[in-house]
Amino acid sequence: MRYLPLTDADRKEILASLGMESVEELFSDIPPEVRNPALQIASLSEPELEKHIKELGEKNRDLAELQSFLGGGIYQHFIPHAVDHLSGRAEFYTAYTPYQAEVSQGTLQAIFEYQTMVSLLTGMEVANASMYDGASAVAEAALMAGSITGRKALAYSAALHPQYQRVLRTYTQHLGLDLVELPWTEKGQTDLDALPEKEFSALILQNPNYFGVLEPVAEASRVIHERGGLFIYSFSEAASLGLLPPPGSLGADIVAGEGQSLGIPPSFGGPGLGIFATREQFMRRMPGRIIGEAQDAEGKRAFVMVLQTREQHIRREKATSNICSNQALCALRALIYLSLMGERGFRAVAEQCYHKAHYLSQALEEIPGVKLRFRGEFFNEFVLTLPQEPEGLLNFLLKNSILGGIPLKKYYPSLKQEVLVTVTEVHPKEDLDKLVYLVKEWRGGLK
Amino acid sequence: MSVNPKELKYTREHEWALIEGNRAKVGITDFAQSHLGDIVYVDLPPLGKEIKKGETLLVVESVKTASDVYAPLSGKVIEINNALSKAPEKVNRDPYGEGWMVIMEIKDPKEAEELLSSEDYESYLSTIS
Repeated sequence: MRYLPLTDADRKEILASLGMESVEELFSDIPPEVRNPALQIASLSEPELEKHIKELGEKNRDLAELQSFLGGGIYQHFIPHAVDHLSGRAEFYTAYTPYQAEVSQGTLQAIFEYQTMVSLLTGMEVANASMYDGASAVAEAALMAGSITGRKALAYSAALHPQYQRVLRTYTQHLGLDLVELPWTEKGQTDLDALPEKEFSALILQNPNYFGVLEPVAEASRVIHERGGLFIYSFSEAASLGLLPPPGSLGADIVAGEGQSLGIPPSFGGPGLGIFATREQFMRRMPGRIIGEAQDAEGKRAFVMVLQTREQHIRREKATSNICSNQALCALRALIYLSLMGERGFRAVAEQCYHKAHYLSQALEEIPGVKLRFRGEFFNEFVLTLPQEPEGLLNFLLKNSILGGIPLKKYYPSLKQEVLVTVTEVHPKEDLDKLVYLVKEWRGGLK
Repeated sequence: MSVNPKELKYTREHEWALIEGNRAKVGITDFAQSHLGDIVYVDLPPLGKEIKKGETLLVVESVKTASDVYAPLSGKVIEINNALSKAPEKVNRDPYGEGWMVIMEIKDPKEAEELLSSEDYESYLSTIS
C-alpha cells in the first residue's frame, strides 16, 4: 500500500465537501478530555528526529527494569521464546480472520485448535475463534443471554472487573436493560442473597473476582438457574484455569474471559484476547467466528468458517453480534503457549502463582498496620488495607524500581486505603522478600 | 415450477398457511426453499409465542443465508415441527408436507382474507422470477 500524504489543498477540498471549516471541527464529537494532545514536534531533520524519539523512548520504564506486582486484568507471565518465534513467522503473522478457506488452511487449523484448547480449558462444548478482549466478551455474553431468554434484567457482581462493567454499560446503554449490581460480602465474595426478585437473563460472576477472591461459583450457578436465568462465568486471569475446576463443570452456560495471560505480553494494557465458549444448545446464538472441520472435494480434512449465516455480512442488523472478526494473532499466541506448556506445565504455572501469592500475603500481613482486606480464599491476587492511602507506599516502592500494586479507590471509593497486589510465577522468592522488606521500612518511617 | 396446492393460502414473502377452523399450519413455499438452497437449520419459536401478522416467526438457515419467516397471520404458536431440528432438509424435500414449521391458533380470522390464493401467488411469482 502506498502512503500518499495529503496536501493542504486536498484537506481543504475534503473539508469543503463535508461542509466544514477545519480538521478540529471534524473531530468535535470526541470529548476534549479523551483526546491526545497534538505532538509538539518542530520541523526536524531525520537524524534530529531520530534522536528526539530515542530520548522520548528512554523515558519509558518497562518490566525488564521494574519488578511489577500489578495485575487487575493484565498479567506478567513467563512466555517461552518459541511463542514469539512461531507466531512471528510470515505464514502466520496476520491479525485477520481469513475469508478464503482454500488459501488459509494453516491459519484456520490453528484457530480450530485454539477453539479445542478453549473447550478443554473451560469445560464447554463450543468455543468461538475469539473476541477482542475479556471486556467485550462479557458484554457480548450479556447480549447473548438477553437474546436467548428474552429477559431485560441482568445481574452482575460489583467485583466484576470495573472496566468490564464499563464496557458492559456502554454496550447495553440503548437497549433498555435493567442492570443490577450485586455488592460484595465481608469475605470479598459476591453477595448472592442480594439478588432481587426479578426475571434475570443472566448472572455475571468473575472468578477469581477483581479482588482476587474465589467466588461461590456452584452456588451462584444454582441460584440463577432456579430463576430461569443463565450463568455467565468470567475471568481476567486465565492462569487460574490451571488450578480451578473448569467452569463448564460448575454449570456455566457462557464463559467469557480474558486470555492475555496465555502467552501475550502485558504491553501497555493490551491487546488482549477475548475467550468465549458456550454449551452446544446455544451455539447458534454465539457471537463471532467459528472454524469447523470439514472435507474437501477429494475427501481430505479441511477447515472452514462455519455458521457464518448468523453474522453481520449476511444477517445485517439481525446478526447475533456486530463482531465479524477475531483476535487471530493473539489467539495463535495462546494456542502456541498452551501447546508448549502442556497440561502439566500450565498447572505448574497456576500452582506457583497460588503458592507465591500466599507466601507474600502472609509475610505482608505480619507487618503492623497492614491487613488483608478480605478473608475469602484467593488465587494470585489479594487486597491489602494500608494504614493510609496507598500513594505514599507506591511512590516509595517505585523509587526502588517496584510497581507495588493498583490503588482501588479509583474504581471503589469505599476502598480508600486498599491496594490490589498480584503475584505470578515470574516473581522469585528474593523479589517477594525484598517487597516485604521495603514495606516494613516504609512502615517504620511512618509516625 | 412445481404446483402450489390450491387449498393453501400464500403471502408475498413466500409463506403458506393451511387454515382449518381457528388453526393454521404454516411453512415456506417451494419457491422459497428452492431459492434458499440446502436448508441446514430451522430456528423454531418457543411454544406459546404470541405474534402479530408480519412479525418474524422464525429463522431458516441455509448454506447460503439465514432468512426470517414472517407470521402470515396473528396468533399464538401452539405446535412446532420438532422433526425439523434433526432433519431440516425436509423443508427442501417436501415444503408443503413434512416440511411444515408451526401450527398457530388464529387470533383474527379476517386476516386470512388478505392472503393470496394459489393462482394469485403464481401470478405474483411470474412477475418476480
